[in-house]
Amino acid sequence: MKYLKNVVTLQHDIDKCTGCGRCLEVCPHRVFQPEGKKVMIADRDACMECGACARNCPFDAIEVQQGVGCAAAVIIGFFTGTEPTCG
Amino acid sequence: MPSTCCGGSTPVKRRTKQTSCCGNESTQSKQSSCCSQEQTANRTDYAAPETAAFEQPWVVGKIATPAGEVPQVAAKLSFRDTIGAWKCRWSIGRMNYRVDPGLYAVGQPDASSPVLVTSNYKMTFDRLRERLGGLSLWIVVLDTDGVNVWCAAGKGTFGTDELVRRVSAVRLSEVVSHRTLILPQLGAVGVYAHEVTKQTKFRVVYGPVRAKDVPAFLANGMQTTEEMRTVRFTFRDRIVLTPMELVGALTPVLIMFGILFILNAVGFGHYGSTDFFGIMGSIFTGAVLTPILLPWVPGRAFSLKGAILGLVWAVGFLLLSGFPSPVFGWLKAAAYVLLLPALSSFLTMNFTGSSTYTSLSGVDREMKFAVPAQLAAAVSAILLLLVSDAILTFGGKLI
Repeated sequence: MKYLKNVVTLQHDIDKCTGCGRCLEVCPHRVFQPEGKKVMIADRDACMECGACARNCPFDAIEVQQGVGCAAAVIIGFFTGTEPTCG
Repeated sequence: MPSTCCGGSTPVKRRTKQTSCCGNESTQSKQSSCCSQEQTANRTDYAAPETAAFEQPWVVGKIATPAGEVPQVAAKLSFRDTIGAWKCRWSIGRMNYRVDPGLYAVGQPDASSPVLVTSNYKMTFDRLRERLGGLSLWIVVLDTDGVNVWCAAGKGTFGTDELVRRVSAVRLSEVVSHRTLILPQLGAVGVYAHEVTKQTKFRVVYGPVRAKDVPAFLANGMQTTEEMRTVRFTFRDRIVLTPMELVGALTPVLIMFGILFILNAVGFGHYGSTDFFGIMGSIFTGAVLTPILLPWVPGRAFSLKGAILGLVWAVGFLLLSGFPSPVFGWLKAAAYVLLLPALSSFLTMNFTGSSTYTSLSGVDREMKFAVPAQLAAAVSAILLLLVSDAILTFGGKLI
């Protein structure tokens, strides 16, 4: 199952990446794959912006706007004026 | 409208752009420690194991350790545990189904036994322990306000600070001689592994996503396979979530039928069991049928999937209602062709919160189109219904 194409905010800085593989370990959707001595984004559209990779990258090589992919949260956020939250 | 996604009562600012100090941003990880502490600080005291923990029906014994006695839990679920899980699926007591945070034992663990970490949502705790039959290990239960690992990690309650405090509160370093914590992979959203190691000297290993893979993971020298690390969203996963969707839709549905009932009572409305049947059908389509059939319904946006099946239902409903001469007339028929897909689309759109693969950016994107479309369809439908009612009320003929 794939969600919308070309929407996610995931960014991977190849220069900072040391290929430690922590992101491979925490990503729930196999977004990353090892390539040579580094890691590459292999399946960008599979990213759900959970933020696990960015948080656990010891080298700050990954950036993503973490958020909940939840319409109800977006609606609650809209009416309460806050960021989308599960309530 | 109740949120069907994560629940819980700890609002956490999610997106990085407006956080100041809370360390949602990976780049701020090093200096974070200023925020989420207050959440954890006043939730529980970190005193010695509570005696109440030993009296739980699923506690079968005690294990003596240098840090005191630890409750030993059953690796089998009782009938009561199963009923408890069922009730949660139907949203009965779901937000207050929890175990006391602290250290627990499974089997006969000793100083060299592995340590698993989990949340204090009782369904999560049960899902874990039922898979641990025949093993001996320790479980550290974090205080996540009774919320499951993934959602709590997103909120930050299954997080670095709580983990660091809990490990120290249960005096884990006196209970085990090794220095490894096994975290559920989905907890990674809330945990800075390198920060935990810095503060506790315990190394963090992320285990499998699903509790059922824990024995294989341990047997495999604490290595996960790609399969163990991948989140799925199977037929069964989706089915067990649909009762919550129905319960979530209940309040707006009751309000809607209340309005129709009042319209009837004052002599303006002309609604009957056929209308009830049509609307209920679209609610079932949006909240249950489309989620279950998710991968097979065309489109990627959830709102589109819901609209498609909603339209199918609307057409089917018209055929059942005597199309091409529908019992409620052409005006109402047109109204239902707009209203039923809009309702179904809205409900399926809300299933994004229960799904395991939608991103916030994607949900934002689809809502920009879907919500105006749903509103326009619903408003037009309501106008058509009112016109149809007005005509009938003032003696006109059914159009």
